[in-house]
Amino acid sequence: MLRRFRLEEPESVAEAAELLGRFGESAKVYAGGTELLLAMKEGLVQYERLINVKKLTGLSDVTSADGAFVIGALCTHHQLENSPVLKDKLPALTKLEQNVANVRVRQVGTIGGNLCFAEPHADPGTLLIALGAKMIAEKASSKREIAAEDFFVDAYETALQADEVLTKIHIPVPVPNARSAYLKFGYLERPSVGVAVAFNLNGGVSGVKIAVGCAGPAPRRVAEAEALLEGKSKDEALRHVAEAGASAGRAAQAISDLHGSQEYKEHIVGVLLKRAFQSALS
Amino acid sequence: MAKAMIKHSDTQWIPVSFTLNGRLQEIEVEPHELLLDVVRDQLGLTGAKLSCDVEVCGACTLLVDGRPVSACTTLAFEVRGRSVLTIEGLAQDGKLHPLQEAFIEHGGFQCGFCTPGMILAAKALLDENPNPSEAELKHFMHGNICRCTGYKKIIESIMAAAKKMRAKA
Repeated sequence: MLRRFRLEEPESVAEAAELLGRFGESAKVYAGGTELLLAMKEGLVQYERLINVKKLTGLSDVTSADGAFVIGALCTHHQLENSPVLKDKLPALTKLEQNVANVRVRQVGTIGGNLCFAEPHADPGTLLIALGAKMIAEKASSKREIAAEDFFVDAYETALQADEVLTKIHIPVPVPNARSAYLKFGYLERPSVGVAVAFNLNGGVSGVKIAVGCAGPAPRRVAEAEALLEGKSKDEALRHVAEAGASAGRAAQAISDLHGSQEYKEHIVGVLLKRAFQSALS
Repeated sequence: MAKAMIKHSDTQWIPVSFTLNGRLQEIEVEPHELLLDVVRDQLGLTGAKLSCDVEVCGACTLLVDGRPVSACTTLAFEVRGRSVLTIEGLAQDGKLHPLQEAFIEHGGFQCGFCTPGMILAAKALLDENPNPSEAELKHFMHGNICRCTGYKKIIESIMAAAKKMRAKA
């Protein structure tokens, strides 16, 4: 059961930002609604107004500019899992999107909504951190970039200011020998742990980025684990991957909850990192 | 319904013109009204069921522009200008859809509660991919839960319907 709210339907980002500034915490951006409406139905959050951003133009496709893929925040998971350019250049993202929730959620849920809602047990943020993505945040008269690794502040909390709208996500176009993978594991509807790894393979592995999601309040980069693999030969890296996994587990800020105990999640981080690394190598 | 009769001046009404099972419908809804409630309670089509209420089980599946959505968590105004198909709109001229026939023939249901959602989701799959592998079928249907059949007969039903539909095409 949803309580009554008023609907605003801005037609520009500036107008949306202005509404957010004017109504503050009594209003919330609404896109696909797959997560927000659940929280509202449960009575966990209430808003006097929802600001439907789906009339904003130019935020619903995947393009590329200046060496980056530009993903509009209103792209649905369904669009992203079927994007030929992503399938070709970022198959790890395609595979992740193919496995978000279920076909109905992917049909209406947007990537922007997923990131802004910042539900801890979500997939895309973790891989975006490992891929070095940047979030584009706009308000009426300004625009800024937020590195994906700085975007997630806490559970359900992002670095966006109250009157900022996430409009686009920039992902650097991978170099020819770039490798990446995302793996998740869970036994409930949402994953207990997600692990993403990205690196370049030039004889050895370099530019290693590892991120862990779902285990704790927010997805995070685990530099301690990256350092254990950085600059190693392929074989050396494979020998160190278990150690890196243990380090990533400790750095994951895992918490005990319905999705598993802290100890369990830390263990799964290690298992997934090993598998993700091997899968990215092959 | 009484609720629809009394229109307070401060109530926000959104005109929604859409196609429901091939027929134009013009209604007014409030922003918070859910598609499932409107379809079941206002329009009297009770095939879609409320079950989990959190987009997990698929019992409330409807097709919007041919794609499956959870009507339990879809705001009704979202179907403005779009085409909605419910299980009631699947049979044509009194003749069951091949999926409906296959579910009967192959025992693809027991209690029937999940069946409208199963069949609509399967229709969306076969419209997009007329010759799915069993793995593709399972992946697509993963969000539709049945607590009776154990799925084997549902998979058999959909595969049989797919074969029949390909033969006709």
